[in-house]
Amino acid sequence: MIEGLSAALLATVRDVFAVSALLLGFQLFVLRRPIPHLRRLLVGLVFVVIGLAFFLMGLELALFPMGTHMATQLTSPEFEVGADTMPESPQWWLYGWVYLFAAIVGFSTTLAEPALIAVAFKANQASRGTIKPWGLRLVVAIGVGVGIALGTFRIVTGTSLVLYIAIGYLIVVVQTFFAPKSIIPLAYDSGGVTTSTVTVPLVTALGLGLSGAIPGRNPALDGFGLIAFASLFPMMTVMGYAQLAGWWARLRSRYVQEG
Amino acid sequence: MLTIMMGKTTAMKPLIQMILRRFGVALRDLLPIILVIVAFQMLVLRQPFPDVAGMVVGTLFVVIGLMFFVQGLEMGLFPIGEEMAYAFAQKGSLTWLLVFGFLLGFSTTVAEPALIAIVAKAADVVAEANYIPSDTASRAAYAMQMRLTVALSVGVAIVLGIFRILRGWPIQYLIIGGYAVVVAMTFVAPEAIVGIAFDSGGVTTSTVTVPLVTALGIGLASSIRGRDPLVDGFGMIALASLTPMIFVMILGILKFGLRFSGSG
Repeated sequence: MIEGLSAALLATVRDVFAVSALLLGFQLFVLRRPIPHLRRLLVGLVFVVIGLAFFLMGLELALFPMGTHMATQLTSPEFEVGADTMPESPQWWLYGWVYLFAAIVGFSTTLAEPALIAVAFKANQASRGTIKPWGLRLVVAIGVGVGIALGTFRIVTGTSLVLYIAIGYLIVVVQTFFAPKSIIPLAYDSGGVTTSTVTVPLVTALGLGLSGAIPGRNPALDGFGLIAFASLFPMMTVMGYAQLAGWWARLRSRYVQEG
Repeated sequence: MLTIMMGKTTAMKPLIQMILRRFGVALRDLLPIILVIVAFQMLVLRQPFPDVAGMVVGTLFVVIGLMFFVQGLEMGLFPIGEEMAYAFAQKGSLTWLLVFGFLLGFSTTVAEPALIAIVAKAADVVAEANYIPSDTASRAAYAMQMRLTVALSVGVAIVLGIFRILRGWPIQYLIIGGYAVVVAMTFVAPEAIVGIAFDSGGVTTSTVTVPLVTALGIGLASSIRGRDPLVDGFGMIALASLTPMIFVMILGILKFGLRFSGSG
């Protein structure tokens, strides 16, 4: 444990060094300004290093095993079909609980995601109030839930990831032409923002665990890709919601005008 | 503002209060996951969790880690970084702005916790599938290559994003063009890299990168006349989620060669 901690600390010092050296170097030598609150900054850097080391150790101890473990248990033959072994090539509907678990994990983590709360607030401003922050959060969370569930379905069936992503992109492109212009950059950003530091490891472990547990799947080929689904769907849902909200607002104002 | 004011008081009490608040925030981030898993274990699977003690300790480590990490960032690097992003965006030469933007994207991505964790996993997986030797050194090297590739791609994305804001290019053309490149490349990139390449896009833009890069974008858009920060300031993250896919696939082609058989 102690050995692991010291190794983790050493590695994180290196990881954090680049960003601190950049900021301090530019501040001192390019902008030629003194560094404000130097002592506070140094304490902060020590915190960053300690925090990163603990976080990475915690991932190995808890989040990764949790994801793998859930994947193994949810796909175990006695749980799914009540027999000792899985059929030779199991049908996709045998894994209903996997999809449900994936959907709920995606939905609940996204609803609580701080970055999304910020995006929802800004979207409300950008749309001059037609987009409600809560509505947007709910819609994006549903999007991520459906996305991750669809991603696990892809792993179970072993279909090509490219196919799903290409179709998804096509939908995003088509939506871009119809969505309100002011919302487009925000919608694109929301895709990357919604997958947080905590969700990513768990969801990745789930994908790798599933591809290892389901007969005929290979973690190297099928295991990754869930995060891609989770970042694609928010774009669709944000633009879709903006479209519907704008359409609804126009409809209502017309109704009011006509009395 | 609060954080700057806090720096002047050397008392320990506000610091402890802030740390406790961070603990609450970090716990809140994890709570949905924990609740869902516990509910599934108790209601659906009805099986005891193996090594509960390890899980509890690990979860606590994650919470403590996130708490210190975010608190540490907000004590020093975030205020300085945001101030500098604004300073470079407002005045100064284009060259320095681009250099700063590139290095900002690169270095924040190197420090991104989720990316560190995921590339390590990716290295384990390809080693198990015998794409690379499975000794620790080769896996560490592969993980590092992938991290540097992603970091490079985010740096390039920021440079592109700066040009976009300066020239007023609409973001959708860049993104749609980028998607076309991504989809086209998946047909020639080795299969073992495609999944992780797609995932790397969502992984890079997280705790460290998003606040600093967003500050650069909004600072730049608000310093140019006739630009709406809300419309032009965003879009950097979108570019930073796109370029990693392309760059990681290029890395895959360089490492494992082109995929010749068309079977997907």
